[in-house]
Amino acid sequence: MIPVCPTTELPPGEATRVEADEPIAVFNVDGDFYAIDDTCTHQDASLADGWLDGCSVECPLHASCFDLRTGKVSGPPAKTPVRTHRVVVQDGMVYVQPGITADGAA
Amino acid sequence: MSPTVAVVGASLAGLSAARALRDQSFDGRVVVIGDEAHAPYDRPPLSKEFLAGKASLDDVTLGTPDDEELGLEWRLGTTAVGLDRVSRSVLLSDGSEVRADGVVLATGARARRLPGTEGLAGVHVLRSLDDAVALREDLASARRLVVIGAGFIGAEVASTARTLGLEVTVVEAMPVPLAGPLGTEMGAVCAELHADHGTRLLTGTGVAGLVGTGRVEAVELTDGTRLPADVVVVGIGAIPNIEWLADSGVALGNGVLTDARGVTNIPGVVAVGDCAAAWSVSAERHVRIEHWTHALEQPATAVATLLGAEGAVPTSVPYFWSDQYGARIQFAGSRREDDVARVVEGSCADRSFLVVYEREGTPVAVLGMNQPRLFTRWRRQLRSAVPTPS
Ligand SMILES: Cc1cc2nc3c(=O)[nH]c(=O)nc-3n(C[C@H](O)[C@H](O)[C@H](O)COP(=O)(O)OP(=O)(O)OC[C@H]3O[C@@H](n4cnc5c(N)ncnc54)[C@H](O)[C@@H]3O)c2cc1C
Ligand code: FES
Repeated sequence: MIPVCPTTELPPGEATRVEADEPIAVFNVDGDFYAIDDTCTHQDASLADGWLDGCSVECPLHASCFDLRTGKVSGPPAKTPVRTHRVVVQDGMVYVQPGITADGAA
Repeated sequence: MSPTVAVVGASLAGLSAARALRDQSFDGRVVVIGDEAHAPYDRPPLSKEFLAGKASLDDVTLGTPDDEELGLEWRLGTTAVGLDRVSRSVLLSDGSEVRADGVVLATGARARRLPGTEGLAGVHVLRSLDDAVALREDLASARRLVVIGAGFIGAEVASTARTLGLEVTVVEAMPVPLAGPLGTEMGAVCAELHADHGTRLLTGTGVAGLVGTGRVEAVELTDGTRLPADVVVVGIGAIPNIEWLADSGVALGNGVLTDARGVTNIPGVVAVGDCAAAWSVSAERHVRIEHWTHALEQPATAVATLLGAEGAVPTSVPYFWSDQYGARIQFAGSRREDDVARVVEGSCADRSFLVVYEREGTPVAVLGMNQPRLFTRWRRQLRSAVPTPS
């Protein structure tokens, strides 16, 4: 498990990037935390820099949209999904488990 | 017979229009006509990753598996040579025609060439995949590159060529590169990237001609200087592909003239992407936008109108990006000559900044270098601030 930050440092509507083998973006959507691969599958952009709109994030470069729950592309030009990662909140800290698909993500 | 829509031009705007037709429940025939032999591909990487050899043909393909379910009829390698406004038929180079109930014009633009350089080996323009493949091959065995024109494409080619180890000189006729889109002050800041990375930039210098027989050997400037060159890239802008419509009755200017929704003067004919000059409510004239995001997004509105919808024109804020020497440049909004540029984050010296252009104190445009997160916020803010044109 990789520690991300205290929950207080990631308020709703915000995102942060954590370094792992592949960088991971962690989002707070109205108190629910989601983690996906940080690098857009289209070209080289960080999704943590993107725009959060409900449960999807819009890439800052060419506006591909990804569903944070499933990693699926919900808007072009990206063609392949991003991976999701499980987020664990313990004692006020946010952690990610890289490589473990988020619960509920098909 | 089921209704037919003909889409002329099989690139970003044409594919986006075809997708939008299906998305908006059009279940008739969709015939997509394109003069290139290739299936739709993405142009921005052609001066960046693809030219550098870091992206493959597969990487630049625009189509997705989902597109195969759209049931599009492709006519690739086929040039449209005319449009009959009465029967609304698109006439093709092979002598056949496509009769349609609706026509989407999406023929884009082509690179402007330097007159008198045809047939001189080593001289390139960059617009198509074939152009990029030819340039990439030529750069592989070259030592000295001269780029004519320090616009976005010229700057990106220069940047890519530096990573390939070439000696690069960029020649720009204007005193400051990119002053048109970014303003003099910020154009000058972005142009400093060239010197940062060992590219020689000569500004305020015209090109008198190219020297060489059979193959280019040098570029001769108006002041008499000769710049030796193994390869020359001409990046001096693009011309809309509209000549084929000359006798069609479609109103033409610097592009196919349309209203704010993309509708031409001919019923049932719309125009999208780089070939179209749409009426801009704010600028009070026709504006031809040559940006990728515009070609991606605007067809949805034009197609909706073609299918009979009459809603408001969705607000949009022009956006483009450019990648040069590892720096990510992003711009959104509509800038005018006397808008004031103000650095709100970072610094130009650090090559990481956000600049807001203000008109009478109101933000109208934003430019970022290596500031994607902040840029995205500002871009959003501009989008929500744009009044909806009625
Ligand atoms: C090298 C390069 C780099 C770029 N980089 C960026 C960037 O970083 N950021 C950005 O915002 N924008 C960039 N752009 C601009 C962007 O690619 C264009 O805005 C976009 O391609 C426009 O799409 P379009 O479909 O309108 O036109 P085009 O892509 O020009 O496509 C038009 C198609 O129609 C075909 N055609 C023309 N005439 C006919 C005919 N008579 N019959 C049949 N077919 C015809 C053409 O061959 C072409 O395939 C770049 C462009 C180039 C060339
Ligand atoms: S890099 Fe994300 S959409 Fe292009």
